Amino acid sequence: MVESRAMRILLRGGALLTLAFIYLPLFIIALYAFNRNVTQAWPIENYSTRWFSVAFHDPDVREALRNSLIAAVGATAIALILGTLASLAVSRYRFFGREVITFAVILPIALPGIVTGLALQATIIDVLGPLGIGFGLTTIIVGHATFCIVVIYNNAIARMRRTAGSLDEASADLGADNWQTFRHVMLPQMRTALLAGGLLAFALSFDEVIVTVFTSGAEQTLPIWIFATLARPDDQPIVNVVALFVIVVSIIPVYIATRLAGSSGLTAERPKRSTVAATLPEP
Amino acid sequence: MTTYDDSGLAPSEREGLGRRLSTFFYRHPRVRLWTLLALPVGWLVLVYFGSLFVLLLSSFWDTDSFTSEVVHEFTLENFQRIFEQDVFRNVAWRTIQMAVFVTIADVVLAFPIAYFMARVASPRTRDILVVLILVPLWANYLVKAYAWRTILSEGGVINWALDPFGLHFDGLSTVGLWLVFTYLWLPFMILPIYAGLERIPTSFLEASADLGGRSFTTFARVILPLAFPAIVAGSIFTFCLTLGDYIAPGLITSEQFIGTVIYNIRGEALPTAAAFSLVPIAVVLVYLLVARRLGAFESL
Repeated sequence: MVESRAMRILLRGGALLTLAFIYLPLFIIALYAFNRNVTQAWPIENYSTRWFSVAFHDPDVREALRNSLIAAVGATAIALILGTLASLAVSRYRFFGREVITFAVILPIALPGIVTGLALQATIIDVLGPLGIGFGLTTIIVGHATFCIVVIYNNAIARMRRTAGSLDEASADLGADNWQTFRHVMLPQMRTALLAGGLLAFALSFDEVIVTVFTSGAEQTLPIWIFATLARPDDQPIVNVVALFVIVVSIIPVYIATRLAGSSGLTAERPKRSTVAATLPEP
Repeated sequence: MTTYDDSGLAPSEREGLGRRLSTFFYRHPRVRLWTLLALPVGWLVLVYFGSLFVLLLSSFWDTDSFTSEVVHEFTLENFQRIFEQDVFRNVAWRTIQMAVFVTIADVVLAFPIAYFMARVASPRTRDILVVLILVPLWANYLVKAYAWRTILSEGGVINWALDPFGLHFDGLSTVGLWLVFTYLWLPFMILPIYAGLERIPTSFLEASADLGGRSFTTFARVILPLAFPAIVAGSIFTFCLTLGDYIAPGLITSEQFIGTVIYNIRGEALPTAAAFSLVPIAVVLVYLLVARRLGAFESL
């Protein structure tokens, strides 16, 4: 150990403080969900679960939840297909413009959300509007799918890098056609990576608000409902309950995904090791 | 016994669309490649780049000053407005400053915990910490911003805690927003720095100590330079995410930022909003280019 004892204790303390900083707001919002009073004063005086049933029976909340689920499932399905196809092409071929594909897949999430949102809004009004397609669930799904591709792509490509292309060739040599090779050789190797990517895409879509504001029109997803309802102080207790619900719903798939994919890196699997470690063989 | 005909193929190879397709694809790898790419590339080009193009186009359109309708006539007025009116320049400058301060605060906060994870914690603790940091990163961003509004407000937790000391903190302010942004993007900074620090071999630090380098010297001249690309990688997130945000600023303060201005004027002046949105795009692209120069992309 290079670090002195005092240093290590200091670091441990610092780490704990940072963790507390990360989790405290989440705990506080969870507590507020059990606040009996409509006013948001601290400390909370009366605890109750009454707002859970109010939120559960709220027709707008139900409608928004339904929309959120449809949007998340639809966007994840599209992103799974597009992300997997792109990852197969980029990982198994060397071609001109390969870097461009990676860049194009990442860009929707790298550019500020408001830019993506405004661009989609302008397109829906100017291009889709005259074609008779207006704001709605479809436009929400299309928007979400576009920036969900990257999560699938990252997870799939990280896995493809670790699997040998020779297996695909062996499968072809043994007489399998492309579909059989994909179905029986590649898919089993990619399955957990795709599942992890799919869960992350689901969580990403389920939580999205920045772009959705521009693409949703009159339809509301759960985050859009929260965003719209924040302006109504009387409904704060319901917002608190929905907020807690949304956190739990997005945390569970992400937690499972981190277990599946090896819990490292932001969206992909273990970050690739460069510098000195690059010379070491993969475990 | 397998019988062959003129084609020299076994019977099993002659039948079946799947196999014939596979043979075709095998002989024409380019076609196979573009069959794979057609859908994803088509989608991204049509939906995403098409939209960006429409956005770019809209920035050259005029707005009817009475009806707020977009008039499809070419004009440079939107850009003129953005460059000449102080409001836009001030807002852009304020947002960039905010992004810089948020990035600095996140580096300072992220480094100790990232270092702890990479070099002090046991492998088991480290894995738990990665999950503990990764999971709230995906928790709803709007809810987190909203939680902070509750915490920072007059009757909130912070002023409740400060009250016994006779102190007061105006949380719904630019300083409060700085705190909120720092909180929101912190995990994006911790994870790359952690990955970067983990790659530094212990022998480097031992060598530095053997050569007489004290803790601070080792930190400043060995650890920091080696971790720098990772810090830049993290800063891509903290900087770019702050630059375009409109929800947290809208919830926390009445002060205007690039995101809130675009959001607020998009209804009555979509072309001007479109022109102004090119500012964060330009800043982000420049930032990404610099980051790539500094080797940050290998640390992402």
